[in-house]
Amino acid sequence: MSNQLISCRDLSKGFGPTLALSDVNIDVGTGKIVGLLGPNGAGKTTLIKLLNGLLQPTKGEILIDNQKPGVYTKSIVSYLPDRMYFDDWMKVDDMMKLFSNFYADFDSKKAQEMCKSLSIDPSSRIKTLSKGTKEKVQLILVMSRAAKLYLLDEPIAGVDPAARDFILNTILTNYSENATVLISTHLITDIERVLDEVIFLQNGRVILQESVDSIREKEGKSVDALFRDMFKSVPNAGGENNVR
Amino acid sequence: MNWKLDDSMPIWIQLTEQITKRIVSGVYPLGEKLPSVRELAADASVNPNTMQRALSKLDDDGLTETNRTTGRTVTSSVDVVNDVRNKMAEQQVKRYLDGMAQLGFSNEQAKEMIELGENDL
Repeated sequence: MSNQLISCRDLSKGFGPTLALSDVNIDVGTGKIVGLLGPNGAGKTTLIKLLNGLLQPTKGEILIDNQKPGVYTKSIVSYLPDRMYFDDWMKVDDMMKLFSNFYADFDSKKAQEMCKSLSIDPSSRIKTLSKGTKEKVQLILVMSRAAKLYLLDEPIAGVDPAARDFILNTILTNYSENATVLISTHLITDIERVLDEVIFLQNGRVILQESVDSIREKEGKSVDALFRDMFKSVPNAGGENNVR
Repeated sequence: MNWKLDDSMPIWIQLTEQITKRIVSGVYPLGEKLPSVRELAADASVNPNTMQRALSKLDDDGLTETNRTTGRTVTSSVDVVNDVRNKMAEQQVKRYLDGMAQLGFSNEQAKEMIELGENDL
């Protein structure tokens, strides 16, 4: 038994000849807000899908709250996928009902309040909503669960800066000592202040796991600046990553 | 009052500095209760654990006291606050004199410049 909420041992995932993740070892405790950062194709979404049980590891082990991904972990994990999965004909209301039937920890009142503060009409059909509004609805549903682990795959990429602030505030005000939020993103500047620690992924490997403040202390620069330095591509250099 | 956070320093240090300034300038009056960690964190849009760390430093500095029942209050000791305030003032003076020295001003000349500046304002 470990007291870590997430623990991955030698975790690898291959798609045919491609290794999306190789020998990933991560431990994440409770009460943290963690950023999962990395350039496109680093393996962020693959890792999140493995944590969800949507993918099976090729090698290695994942434990969430000391259990392998399955029925129990799904009851304590609230997942925001990187793409929309709602049916167009449904109304926001319908989605709320679906979620409250599905998840014992879903708080309908909270969801309604959040819709209200974002001026989203619960009787509107998903089809009629803009891309950004759909993303907001999805996030509202996910954050209205009282989960132990929130896995948010690119929650802020498609929304305007004001909505981004709202989303970050939602994450902060929902924060509890018993829950952990794992956010994958490449918009680091926007999110850096709310993070406890960051995990840098590159080519399927974890190259850094550290607290935001100790990065600033050691490097004398922000996580965003560090990221830009580490993953700098030199123009006209054949597109190869110039990793220091 | 707004929170200003930049990229160079650890966030908790910047938070400690800014709350300290609020205490010495009386925004948070002596002996009064501070907002909760959560409220402060949400207001500054920072991680609650980071805010917690900043506030623990204030406890260590003696500027705040944590009580199990009433939460965190600003110290009621004028002496403690004055000490911190004077130290911060010394740092400001040093920074000014260093800056002026870089422009080739002696300390005497720097003093005169302050008087000139005051008259212009």
